[in-house]
Amino acid sequence: MSDKPLLQMQGIKLKFGEKTILDGVDLSVQPKEILVIMGLSGGGKSTLLSVLLRLLEPTAGKVIFKDKDLIQLHRRELNQTRTHIGMVFQNAALVSSMTVGENLALPLRELSDKKPDEIEKAIKERLDLVDLADAKDKLPDELSGGMKKRVGLARALMLEPELVLFDEPSAGLDPIATERIDDLILELRDKHNVTSIVVTHEMESAFAVASRMAFLDKGKIIFDGTPDEFKKSDNDVIKKFLESYLAHEKEKD
Amino acid sequence: MLNRDGPNHYVRENLDLFESGFVMITKIGSLTIAFLQELSSLYWLARDTAAEIKDRLVATRSPFRLADFFYQTHRVGVGSIPMVVMLSVFVGLTMALLTGYQLEKYGMSTLVPSVVGIAFTREMGPLFTGIVLASRIGAAFTAELGAMIAGGEVDALEAMGIGPLRYLVTPRWLAIFCMTPCLSVAATLAGICGGAFISNLLLQLGYSHFFDEVMSNLLVKDILSGVFKSFVFGALIGLISCYKGLSVKGGAVGVGIATTSSVVTAISCVIASDSLINIFLVILFP
Repeated sequence: MSDKPLLQMQGIKLKFGEKTILDGVDLSVQPKEILVIMGLSGGGKSTLLSVLLRLLEPTAGKVIFKDKDLIQLHRRELNQTRTHIGMVFQNAALVSSMTVGENLALPLRELSDKKPDEIEKAIKERLDLVDLADAKDKLPDELSGGMKKRVGLARALMLEPELVLFDEPSAGLDPIATERIDDLILELRDKHNVTSIVVTHEMESAFAVASRMAFLDKGKIIFDGTPDEFKKSDNDVIKKFLESYLAHEKEKD
Repeated sequence: MLNRDGPNHYVRENLDLFESGFVMITKIGSLTIAFLQELSSLYWLARDTAAEIKDRLVATRSPFRLADFFYQTHRVGVGSIPMVVMLSVFVGLTMALLTGYQLEKYGMSTLVPSVVGIAFTREMGPLFTGIVLASRIGAAFTAELGAMIAGGEVDALEAMGIGPLRYLVTPRWLAIFCMTPCLSVAATLAGICGGAFISNLLLQLGYSHFFDEVMSNLLVKDILSGVFKSFVFGALIGLISCYKGLSVKGGAVGVGIATTSSVVTAISCVIASDSLINIFLVILFP
């Protein structure tokens, strides 16, 4: 693994009025790594992803992606850099008035010089990757939650990003759909060399995909290490988190 | 406790008066601040959209897709023609009828064509078009952009590096800006035709006489003032409706609130700007 991180977050702080959401987050992700960020609901995990793409302006801190601080970039450069980062939203956030095919074509039509037949080819490839070859002409409303997430992932991959951010990829999905999404995250790393940051509070999914784990609590990273180190952590919050997961696992057995 | 009949009663009354005056001033102050904030937000929306367009042009890319622009112009222009024409015909008809009966008493019913012609060209055509577009199209723009905000679609566009302002606002704003004058001309013609119809039916003014009178009394400045106003109304409605849509907060309820606010604000701005333009035009070109 290369020593130079693909993305670094340095001292990210975010306040809404008096309320502190992120309180000095320091994290980095190496190329081809799958970093899973966990935390309690409402702990600022999804907000952190928004800050990484500068959908929200942090109060302080740096987000360095390939030697550029995204927070300091001018709009044009920022948009250019954003094309190297894909984002899979929690609710997929597909454009509801467009078909699946049009949703996938959108980033290429707007941001690339690809010809219509090349765009069609790329759509077919991405839909095949997420096992949704038949969904091209469907509207987002006609898809299930899991299918929407997979289309969201296909759209995020259209510009062939180096880094993909997943916001709660398995939230609200059945175990089979969850497993499919987890497999896709691993497949992206193994076959397409894509680095991923996955935000989730679902332990099973987290352990299935993570090469590194971080835990966000009250706006601070209280753990950053391997999945094995996470399981052995002495931190009370993480222990409680693990206990409830293990109890749930026992119940299932 | 103050005694109402005692000397303190007068002090209390003055204090109440002072208090209500203070409350009123505070309210006026907060309303003024809110108005100025809205105004500055509109300015920033226009500025940021222009900046995104500039970025695209610098990158030698089209700031919007022509297909989107034509879709919006069809929706704004062709889609609004029935309502604009119907409204204008009936208003023109009523206007000719009411002024005709009053003027007939003084044997001046021949003035009806010029009254209807000038009123529609300068005022009624653009104004009714503005009101129809603010309620029909402005509401639609706000609701759809608001729903996109609530569904996270605008964030998704931004995350992909597609400037959502130029992508969503530009084709809509340009469509309404270009279509308002066209619809205004249609409204003016429809209003005059409505007036001609009722004048022919009840005031014994022939069609050719009516249209000749309209043509001979209309000045170029009347036509230009109507067209100029229409551009202003289109620009205002487009900007306000897109701004209200993009500033939605609070899901479905927020979309409803923003849509109502968009229609009210756009109609108020159309009427207020109409008055202001009239004042300036009368002073500058008497």
